[in-house]
Amino acid sequence: MRAFASLVAREVRLAWTGGGLWLPVIFYLAVATLFPFVAGPDKALLARTGGGILWIAALLSTLLPIERLILPDRQAGVLDQLALRGWSDELIAAAKIMGQLVAFALPLLLTTIIASALIGLPEAKLVTLLIGLTLALPALSGLAVTIAALTAGLSGASALGGLLLIPLAIPVLIFGAGTLADSPGNAMQLLAATSLAIAALAPFAAGAALRAGRV
Amino acid sequence: MTSRQAYAPSLRLEKIAVVRGNRLVFGALSVMAGAGDVIWIRGANGCGKSTLLRLVAGLLSKTSGEISIEGNVALADENVALDPNLTVERALRFWADLDAATAAERESALSAMDLLGLSEVPVRFLSTGQRKRAGIARVLASNAPIWLLDEPYNGLDSANCARLDQAILKQVAAGGIVLVAAHQAPSINVAHSLLLDRQGIAA
Repeated sequence: MRAFASLVAREVRLAWTGGGLWLPVIFYLAVATLFPFVAGPDKALLARTGGGILWIAALLSTLLPIERLILPDRQAGVLDQLALRGWSDELIAAAKIMGQLVAFALPLLLTTIIASALIGLPEAKLVTLLIGLTLALPALSGLAVTIAALTAGLSGASALGGLLLIPLAIPVLIFGAGTLADSPGNAMQLLAATSLAIAALAPFAAGAALRAGRV
Repeated sequence: MTSRQAYAPSLRLEKIAVVRGNRLVFGALSVMAGAGDVIWIRGANGCGKSTLLRLVAGLLSKTSGEISIEGNVALADENVALDPNLTVERALRFWADLDAATAAERESALSAMDLLGLSEVPVRFLSTGQRKRAGIARVLASNAPIWLLDEPYNGLDSANCARLDQAILKQVAAGGIVLVAAHQAPSINVAHSLLLDRQGIAA
């Protein structure tokens, strides 16, 4: 357990020292800044569509760190050394997902507050958005690590990652955006269920990808 | 040290065959080693020295044959597995903590490879030989009875080759097993040397 915690702590440290803190934040804010230029200054329209745009931005910003999640550890032999110590690939993947979740949750939620102010989202919508993103974060972290494990070492990994994310993230996005409707209750429950299911499956999918990538 | 005294490490490979990428690396390789053995694995480039070490480490799967290994295994290969942005001391501590090594054991591993003066230097600034030594220090601090060293002498100057020899001798004196894959002969006495030829048959 202590070993698991130290691996999670390592993931968080790597994320925050490798530009992992600022890159998604800046990307997310950039989308929030650019959207009003495209949609126009109509306040009602921005309030109605802004939440959905922030969902897409959050989803895409989870992809930003995928190139550094698995590949550097594989090249440096870190994955080999963990496997040597009896760590299963699933456990390594779970630690990475947990680390990604911890590292990414706080900056994403804080930035959401700023971004929603830029778009002019009503306060009630902001609260729903924050709860929805919190529920979706386990799924987003799980998908990021799984996609990173699947694409590690391939050329054009980021572009491929984007393509892989779209079908996998659609349930999260549908229910996530659904929570922004007038009565979010059911969508919130479905979002939580989808997110938990994806987060529970992700370590196995990512673990299998790690094993297949070992040469 | 308790882990070493609890049981004698042993290593037994019987009629191992490994096929990688449609190529037979080993046909029927058998290796036996017990406490206190140093085995020098030699052979031409591409004859499967590293494959053998990775197989013993459990990182590759065999096609057929029997492997039984008693005791933990530590591997030093071309990848040092130390975070480049951390200092040598902190990067080593990550692994030493996973291996439940004490501060004193960490310290002695650093001093055995003459790294005490570099312990506050980030890993990314180390030279090739220094990185190699840091990777060996990770093995020294691992408390594992079985060491797998892949070309450990590459990039080391003569003083550090001697330090590595000392560390290997100390390990086998404590009842460990050391497998060394190298082109040149180690300057210490080796229990067996294992020549892998092009067909991967041990001679």
